[in-house]
Amino acid sequence: MNTKVNFCGVEFENPVVTGSGTFGFGYEYSQYYNLDEIGGISVKGLTLKPREGNKPPRIAEVYGGILNSVGLQNPGLENFLVNDLPFLKKKFSKCKIIANIAGNTLEDYIEMGRLISQSNVDLVEMNISCPNVKHGGVAFGTDPCMVSEITCKVKEQCNKPLVVKLSPNVTDIAAIAKAAEAAGADGLSLINTLLGMKIDINSRRPILNNNVGGMSGPAVKPVAVRMVWQVANNVNIPIIGMGGIQDGNDAVEFMLAGASLVSVGTQNFVDPYAAVKTVYGIEEYMTKHGIEDVNELIGAVKPW
Amino acid sequence: MHTQVKFCKIVGKREIAKNQVELLLENEILAKEALPGQFVHINIGSEKNILRRPISICDAYDNITRIVFEIKGEGTEILSKKNVGETLDLLGPLGTGFTVKKDAKAVVLGGGLGSFPLLYLAKNLTSPKVFLGFRDKEMVCMEEDFSACGPTVIATDNGTYGYNGFAINAAKEAMDDCDIIYACGPTPMLKAVKQIAMEKGIEAEISMEQRMGCGIGACLVCVCKTKSGYDKVCQKGPVFKASEVEFE
Repeated sequence: MNTKVNFCGVEFENPVVTGSGTFGFGYEYSQYYNLDEIGGISVKGLTLKPREGNKPPRIAEVYGGILNSVGLQNPGLENFLVNDLPFLKKKFSKCKIIANIAGNTLEDYIEMGRLISQSNVDLVEMNISCPNVKHGGVAFGTDPCMVSEITCKVKEQCNKPLVVKLSPNVTDIAAIAKAAEAAGADGLSLINTLLGMKIDINSRRPILNNNVGGMSGPAVKPVAVRMVWQVANNVNIPIIGMGGIQDGNDAVEFMLAGASLVSVGTQNFVDPYAAVKTVYGIEEYMTKHGIEDVNELIGAVKPW
Repeated sequence: MHTQVKFCKIVGKREIAKNQVELLLENEILAKEALPGQFVHINIGSEKNILRRPISICDAYDNITRIVFEIKGEGTEILSKKNVGETLDLLGPLGTGFTVKKDAKAVVLGGGLGSFPLLYLAKNLTSPKVFLGFRDKEMVCMEEDFSACGPTVIATDNGTYGYNGFAINAAKEAMDDCDIIYACGPTPMLKAVKQIAMEKGIEAEISMEQRMGCGIGACLVCVCKTKSGYDKVCQKGPVFKASEVEFE
């Protein structure tokens, strides 16, 4: 049985990675299992300078999911490259490291792309879809012209495969995906969180101090699968599919819709072993259906 | 050796006051590892309410960990329906608990359900002076448990039992002559503890609460404002030095 997937020229042991913002920099979950058992991790969103994040509460539970408004709290790119990355690379030989970057300005993104080029990060995931920050973030990801410009300029400075993470909070996600592809993106990842809100009817206050936040978890899965399918039908670059994956069956669904890699996010909070169990779940599915190579699943949906 | 999710059999259950549920959990490793002020993160097994629930550790002995929680929302409601014989999937013990200064002159101050995590602490102190506040007589609980550790004053907001007023007011004199204050309870109380401790130049440790995600430090959701920025309640806390916390 082959579970290896070549994604943008990088060989992943299996198609399962973890979602940025749900897995820190890997330390915490590496206490529960060996990260070499999963394909890779996408680290907490990094900004050029350290960032404090939003005022709490930053999380609200909703039906079958959560809302978050962390606001990209992180120690800054340099800190990651100096402290966290060497730890991950020393401790894990197979697990691929995806650096997720977010900026306030175009210049931030370009500078981060340049700095990462000198590191041993495996891929860059460019977050132009964070709904929780006032400047940058999703503002870059909702206009095809902006997506094109930012992708093109970062690509010029960055020698790592560049994956653009797309926002679902748009009218036509395929148009955004095509703009990223045309501008030179090596891959796409989707979906980021859906903008949502929850109000405490007794206090009449939103639960989140930010009032609104990004929704994730099992409840968003059908929207995510649909978007992966739509994007896969419109581009020729590979996709990391995510949104509410709980197990191997969910992962297979995303692959059938067109994802080459799948990402486990919110489910890590429910079960620390969620990502590694997803690997086993995919293997069980392959055995049950007599599938020799996991790559056979990618885009293999038979639409009516 | 990797950390494991722990499976704990519920071996005891009772309502110790109105809507206050006690569960006794059987797991030798958990009971041995637990430190005062730490918590467990419980999977309640609901498809609607997917997040684990952080519940403080009230006491630990032999192979038993005792937790007490208030039925407040849907999550704790579901948890309250678990019965003796059922098994809970939990992470823990998690977080940084109290610094146990065994022989110090200590004031232990609890407000409402904030009293629960203080029992295991009080049991580890030589002669704590305990002050616990509850809304009214109906809510008073664990008086005997605490009395076994040291002199215990119960206060009720409406004076229906014990001292009439807030526990922090009942503790005023004791706080004049102590080395350290340990507190857990509503934010206004913790804020007052910080102020008193700063004025008197004594140490204080307070247990903070915040809506939580992963519980192990990965998601950066449950933060508390401190001198060094937003710190994770699940990892650096839930217990912080009062002087470090910046109330927003």
